[in-house]
Amino acid sequence: MAKVKGAVVVDVDTCKGCNLCVVACPTQTLALHRNVNGKGYHYSYMENPEACTGCSNCAMVCPDSCITVYRAKIA
Amino acid sequence: MAEVAENIQNIIKPENLVYQKSPVLTDKVMHYCPGCSHGVVHKIIAEVIDEMGIQEDTIGVSPVGCSVFAYNYIDIDWHEAAHGRAPAVATGVKRVFPNKFVFSYQGDGDLAAIGTAETMHAVNRGENIVMVFINNAIYGMTGGQMAPTTMVGQVTATTPHGRNVDLNGYPLKITELIAQLPGAAYVTRQSVQTPAAVRKTKKAIRKAFEVQANKKGTAFVEVVATCNSGWKISPVESNEWMEEHMFPFYPLGDLKDGEKEDPEALKMNV
Repeated sequence: MAKVKGAVVVDVDTCKGCNLCVVACPTQTLALHRNVNGKGYHYSYMENPEACTGCSNCAMVCPDSCITVYRAKIA
Repeated sequence: MAEVAENIQNIIKPENLVYQKSPVLTDKVMHYCPGCSHGVVHKIIAEVIDEMGIQEDTIGVSPVGCSVFAYNYIDIDWHEAAHGRAPAVATGVKRVFPNKFVFSYQGDGDLAAIGTAETMHAVNRGENIVMVFINNAIYGMTGGQMAPTTMVGQVTATTPHGRNVDLNGYPLKITELIAQLPGAAYVTRQSVQTPAAVRKTKKAIRKAFEVQANKKGTAFVEVVATCNSGWKISPVESNEWMEEHMFPFYPLGDLKDGEKEDPEALKMNV
């Protein structure tokens, strides 16, 4: 069975660490990083990249449009 | 670990792209607080404009309030209006450019407080405009004072013991009032706290623009939103607070879906 794998790219500089994407993620892929970005916010990142399915839920709820989503079929 | 990183790099390729920032949004970083609903609604409007291919033909009217700088974020033509007067300005713009898509973007302090008269009369005239109304139950920009839409018992800077109906009156359901007016074609109330809600709101805004294209009357989209800074809780807790306290009073769904009343049917017999 073909498996779908996803990956997200978070624009670290514009992320404000609001945590909405982390809550919206159905596979617990995302988390807030312990480091902060230039504005002092704990930015979102893929803590568990293997779990990402590329469903785009995180990007849908992101108020700052800083998430780009990729999805590919892995044979 | 290296293998995982390599797998990710294999997925992150242009041909695998499924979601990216709308090209109608500018690169300017939004000034909104972390987790603010305004950003999501801006994004939805930008996506709808992009999907309909009307970037060159859309004119927005921005209000006074947090979203006063909306013209910096969505790459279309904009007009700034005096506080509460966005529907009046949108009326003028639409009458001068009847083939353009005109929408006003207003918060509850703008649309439901100082601009109530303009709002009611613009809808009552059945102007072919879209009105997007962000209802976060508080005056966000000025520091969290009570708004007409503030819930009974809600603590704000000007109601430190909670909104008291005897003193402050009842919360204003302006969307229900507007749905009664003959000029309204499409009146709906949506929210943006979950991915499913965001998709529904996007459909509603798309439909509102289509109502305008078909000259059916005024399309009014209320978005029940959060103001975590004003409410003094985290963005995630704000969404829960909104679901628990605002949705029972401001129920989601379409209030009117049709077109403005036929003036011929209302004409008196002489």
